[in-house]
Amino acid sequence: MISNLDYVTLQQLWWIICSVVGSLFLFLTFVQGGQTLLWQVAKTDTESAFVINSLGRKWELPFTTLVLFGGALFASFPKFYSTSFGGAYWVWILILFTFIIQAVSYEYRTKQGNVWGSKTYELFMFINGSVGVLLIGAAVGTFYTGSAFSLNTMNQVTWEYTLGGVNLRGLEAAFSLFNLSLGLFLVFNARVLGALYLLNSLDLVAVADMEKRLRKAVWISFLCSLPFLLYVVVSILLRDGFSVDESGVVSMVSFKYFFNLLALPHLLVLLLAGLGLVIWGVMLGAFKGSVKGIWPAGLGTVLVGLCVLCLPAFNGTAFYPSTYDLQSSLTIYNASSTKYTLSIMTYVALGVPFVLAYVAYLWKMMDSKKLTTEDALDHEAY
Amino acid sequence: MIDVDPSLVNWSRAQFALTAMYHWIFVPLTLGLSFLCAFYETIYLKTGNEEWKKITRFWMTLFGINFAIGVATGIILEFEFGTNWSNYSWMVGDIFGAPLAVEGIFAFFMEASFFAVMFFGWNRVSKGFHCFSTWMVAIGSNLSAVWILVANGWMQNPVGMAFNADTARFEMQNFAEVVFNPVAVSKFTHTSSSGFVMASAFVLTISCWYLIKGRHVEMAKKSIVVASVFGLVASIFVAFSGDEAAYEVAREQPMKLAAMEGLYKGERGAGLVAMGIINSAKEPGDVQDPFLFEVKIPQLLSLLANREAGSFVPGIDDLVFGNTEENIMGVNTMMEKGRLALADLAEYKEARKNKSEDVASAALERFKVNEEFMGYGYLSTPEEAVPPVSTVFYNFHIMAILGSMFPVIFGAFLFFSLKGTVTEKRWLLPVGLFTGLLAFLAGQAGWITAEVGRQPWAIQGLMPVKVATTNLSVTSVQITFAMFAVLFTLLLIAEISIMLKQIAIGPEVH
Repeated sequence: MISNLDYVTLQQLWWIICSVVGSLFLFLTFVQGGQTLLWQVAKTDTESAFVINSLGRKWELPFTTLVLFGGALFASFPKFYSTSFGGAYWVWILILFTFIIQAVSYEYRTKQGNVWGSKTYELFMFINGSVGVLLIGAAVGTFYTGSAFSLNTMNQVTWEYTLGGVNLRGLEAAFSLFNLSLGLFLVFNARVLGALYLLNSLDLVAVADMEKRLRKAVWISFLCSLPFLLYVVVSILLRDGFSVDESGVVSMVSFKYFFNLLALPHLLVLLLAGLGLVIWGVMLGAFKGSVKGIWPAGLGTVLVGLCVLCLPAFNGTAFYPSTYDLQSSLTIYNASSTKYTLSIMTYVALGVPFVLAYVAYLWKMMDSKKLTTEDALDHEAY
Repeated sequence: MIDVDPSLVNWSRAQFALTAMYHWIFVPLTLGLSFLCAFYETIYLKTGNEEWKKITRFWMTLFGINFAIGVATGIILEFEFGTNWSNYSWMVGDIFGAPLAVEGIFAFFMEASFFAVMFFGWNRVSKGFHCFSTWMVAIGSNLSAVWILVANGWMQNPVGMAFNADTARFEMQNFAEVVFNPVAVSKFTHTSSSGFVMASAFVLTISCWYLIKGRHVEMAKKSIVVASVFGLVASIFVAFSGDEAAYEVAREQPMKLAAMEGLYKGERGAGLVAMGIINSAKEPGDVQDPFLFEVKIPQLLSLLANREAGSFVPGIDDLVFGNTEENIMGVNTMMEKGRLALADLAEYKEARKNKSEDVASAALERFKVNEEFMGYGYLSTPEEAVPPVSTVFYNFHIMAILGSMFPVIFGAFLFFSLKGTVTEKRWLLPVGLFTGLLAFLAGQAGWITAEVGRQPWAIQGLMPVKVATTNLSVTSVQITFAMFAVLFTLLLIAEISIMLKQIAIGPEVH
């Protein structure tokens, strides 16, 4: 069946698969969001142990999903991989740096002989949850705002943006109000998800005071995210977009993304449903005394993420546009692997539901019992 | 010809080498220790003896400390292909990306998901499921090695692909050929089994330290028995898989083999250098003796390389300047053909851009004639095709000499353990104490042999490293090199300190 799929369908399918992985990553940033809440909601060592040990049982999931996101993009859209990672060098290096320091922090934070002290590892977690997520948002924002690069006939990238004679290699993405707003929205959304996840995973009887602070954090973080969300949504609807005609020529079109939403109404449905679910999750967590807010808010984040990643890629749009040389812009059709590779990868992707199933099964098995004081203070705990 | 700052190439190379070597400090231990934990826990499951649970949890704690930093140093490697080798990523992403994606889907999630159960599931899942989870972490870790070594094997022996002049990249034609590439198979078997040796040696080292100090004696003796069996089997397998790997090198990367042996003049019935001191002043084509001192075993190199004692093994001079008698085309000739191929490719691209289809068609036809030599067209001199001989020679010999010692060491520990006299052999315990360090050195030396030995190629014969590099400023790479060097060193210091503390504490509290 897969071998019968035409090339264009495979290219579109793989952008959707990459978008699903990216959106799942955005949901899993509850770990990063939770890390930024540590110093705010945990006022005692025991409360800190609860937060760290709850997040510590899941920290590998966003990490692994990020690696998979990279691997999937490398395999399916190698021109994007080479152009973006090689071009916007500093943005990606800094993002990776924040994930390197996160990876050791859970394991080392309370271990005897950790040399640098537990606060250092907590700072690493905070940097990962704030700067890391902010820069990921800024990088995704360039799907809408574009980047200053050109490709030669051998598709080798040259990054053209300089400031005061210094080539910033992608750091300029963080100077765009749109990119910055998207990044900040993701940071605050991750904090909402982090607080909702902690409410769901902890034995709240043991941390009654922290429960109040977590519920307050859900609401405050949501309010903080709203102006950035509104700016991003309005800006998407009003901004010019990078349109590609049938012969592959790229040009600027007014209200391109607004028209994309009208042409692709299912994306509009995803966006609205996603925002509604996030709000529902926030209400459950902040005001209803429920511990289940993470599920609608998590699903909502995935749906919004899907819309944000698919909107600049379909309906004749360049998903990685060049502001320096429009014709160097990348589309899912000129940046993809061959039909053969995409077909092989599609067979491989048939294993993804199986992987998701056992991840969900293990999650359920491990979280069926809430994290207790005994778990958090166990000598082998984080 | 391309104009790339050699300093940029070398800094990019240095950064990748730095991150890969740091990663390779921790990964072999993960590959092997995960299985040892699974063995210990299986014995606990079968016997119900709490001592084995204590042993399992102790080694699991050390595994966890090591695993975290292995993960931390690993993420950068995948993304460095994009950040520092973007031309490479584009030209071979169609092939190279697939194994990395498969690794992410199947191996990383298996490791990550079952890791949480392995460490925090003791009181949340049944004993059987916990043991199953430990096995899944071991299998997931090694599955990850399969895919990354499939990717690495392809770089050493590019198969199952074709060059597309229109997209200016290599494209996959046969996934099965990529996966079952003989070089990838021998690389995986040799590399993963060397990880098993290193982990067994690590267990031996710590257990011997306990025995010397007279602490945790029962735990140490039990740990040694299992590690000795695993280490003995793995080290014997390493020797056989190493022979197979060298055979593949002789087939696909003769220049690497020549560097490994310091062989300049090819010969029939070539001897294997058991040990020697390289003449560092020796250059390809000159008349100097390549060695200041050497001990050779007659005909063994020919036998190992070609499975025939009297066969011809080409030397560096034969490969650089050609050898008509043995029908070997020299690098100098291949460079000429490669330059013609690159010129024809450029003409084809220009003609396509100008829509001159006749000119394009003729240029493409000419390009096809010399296509296989395209990579050589980027070289500046024939000597550029020669890797740093002394680095490759010494590292290969360090690896081989150390590798031949491990079966003896593990065999001795197993023998005396089974006789119940291992604690009485005071001469043996110090040997065990240093075995971990020796295994680590052997692993690093092996990796250096494999990677330095294939220089100057990113993809053997097709793409030199200098063509693969991202067009960055040298300063950017110097800064990131320093960032990674400082960070990884700080994390390594923390890792060693934590590990030593945990070893000092011992298994009692677990």
